[in-house]
Amino acid sequence: MGSASLIVLLIIAIAFAVVAVYIGRIFGTSSTNSVKGEPYECGIETKGETWVQFHIGYYLFALLFLVFDVEIVFLFPWATVIRELGVVALVEIFFFTLFLFLGLLYAYKKKALSWM
Amino acid sequence: MDIQILYKSGLIIVILLLSLVIAMYATLAERKIAGFFQDRLGPNRAGIFGLLQPVADGVKLFFKEEFMPATADKFLYVLGPSLTMLIALLGSAVIPWGNTLVIGNNVFPLQVADVNIGVLYVFAVTSIGVYGIMIGGWSSNNKYALMGAVRAASQMISYELAMGMALIAIVMMSGSLSLHDIVAQQHGIHWNVWYQPIGFFVFVICAFAETNRTPFDLPECDSELIGGYHTEYSSMKLGFYLFSEYINMFISSAMIASLYFGGYNFPFLHELGMSHNWLTIVGTFVLFAKIGFFMFLFMWVRWTLPRFRYDQLMRFGWKVLLPLAIVNIVATGVIYELFKK
Repeated sequence: MGSASLIVLLIIAIAFAVVAVYIGRIFGTSSTNSVKGEPYECGIETKGETWVQFHIGYYLFALLFLVFDVEIVFLFPWATVIRELGVVALVEIFFFTLFLFLGLLYAYKKKALSWM
Repeated sequence: MDIQILYKSGLIIVILLLSLVIAMYATLAERKIAGFFQDRLGPNRAGIFGLLQPVADGVKLFFKEEFMPATADKFLYVLGPSLTMLIALLGSAVIPWGNTLVIGNNVFPLQVADVNIGVLYVFAVTSIGVYGIMIGGWSSNNKYALMGAVRAASQMISYELAMGMALIAIVMMSGSLSLHDIVAQQHGIHWNVWYQPIGFFVFVICAFAETNRTPFDLPECDSELIGGYHTEYSSMKLGFYLFSEYINMFISSAMIASLYFGGYNFPFLHELGMSHNWLTIVGTFVLFAKIGFFMFLFMWVRWTLPRFRYDQLMRFGWKVLLPLAIVNIVATGVIYELFKK
């Protein structure tokens, strides 16, 4: 029942998004000229390519994100059953988070967390 | 079983429409509140108190020109806003809007889908939200839009971590990933906020960052990036981006209310001596009052605080919120073991 309703919701939401995009296309006016299609950068002509390599800092944060996101994935099942598992699981997870905390400290030390 | 299917379909449509209408009027509320904070009137021309303003805005957006930059990636340019809207609408599915209504032998839960991984579902849906912004900003082929998009992606993934950690502490408290169970356990005044104050603060701050609201609105900071990721968008596609921000705000407020403020529960619920169905209805109104308060908080903060600088934003997310959330998990575990009931 639960997932069936989710699928129905998904279908309705997709239909809404598609229809609303196309309604705009029907009612809107349209006109074109050669300047209009250019990227809007406050009136100054755009220089060079847009789709180029961007700042390495974003990649660093993406990598760090992956590490901690995987950690969260491991923590969810533990968190749901902590009541039955008791102290042993708590100690284990303490070391687990400690190692990741050390990882965070390492990134901190290497200045990966400070924006350049 | 047929009546249940009919009821579910009806509920889905009602909740979708409700979140759209609430988002519409949230735009008006935002402008009215901005007016109040800045000692001016706010919109008051369309209808009484400007009540028709959101309708006028919506109609205007539909009749505006559909513009597409000549150098944009055509398919992704349309996909971006649609995906953002789609994701915003999906979030409402697992939130329990109220307890159950009992009519005859049929029990009608006021929740679209009581999936046993409700918390994970919301978490997953909000993280897909990054794609809508990233795709839209990248496909516009505009430097400012691209900058806004990478900022959005970087910011949202950074704050998602602390948000997930705050959620884990909640899951530890309740031992279930189902939002229905989490809300049901906070009966009376046993709200999670009293047991998880740190988690609550982390979660609320992350909710601000995930919805790209001030002081975390760097993806669209208009004084540096023109319009940020939606610079090149017009008509209803722009409307989708702006609108989904309000829907996300509504869903986030509902999540905060359900996870930390007991959802539809309120103190002395059973002392009222009302029948089950009436209690459910009153509970739903209480939930919406809580949601309204948090939506007001979103707007209050927006018109009070200035925007972060980008390095401050990253420093705060990684060096303050994330360690705080990890410590919160360990502390929750230790305190739980010490004071086990």
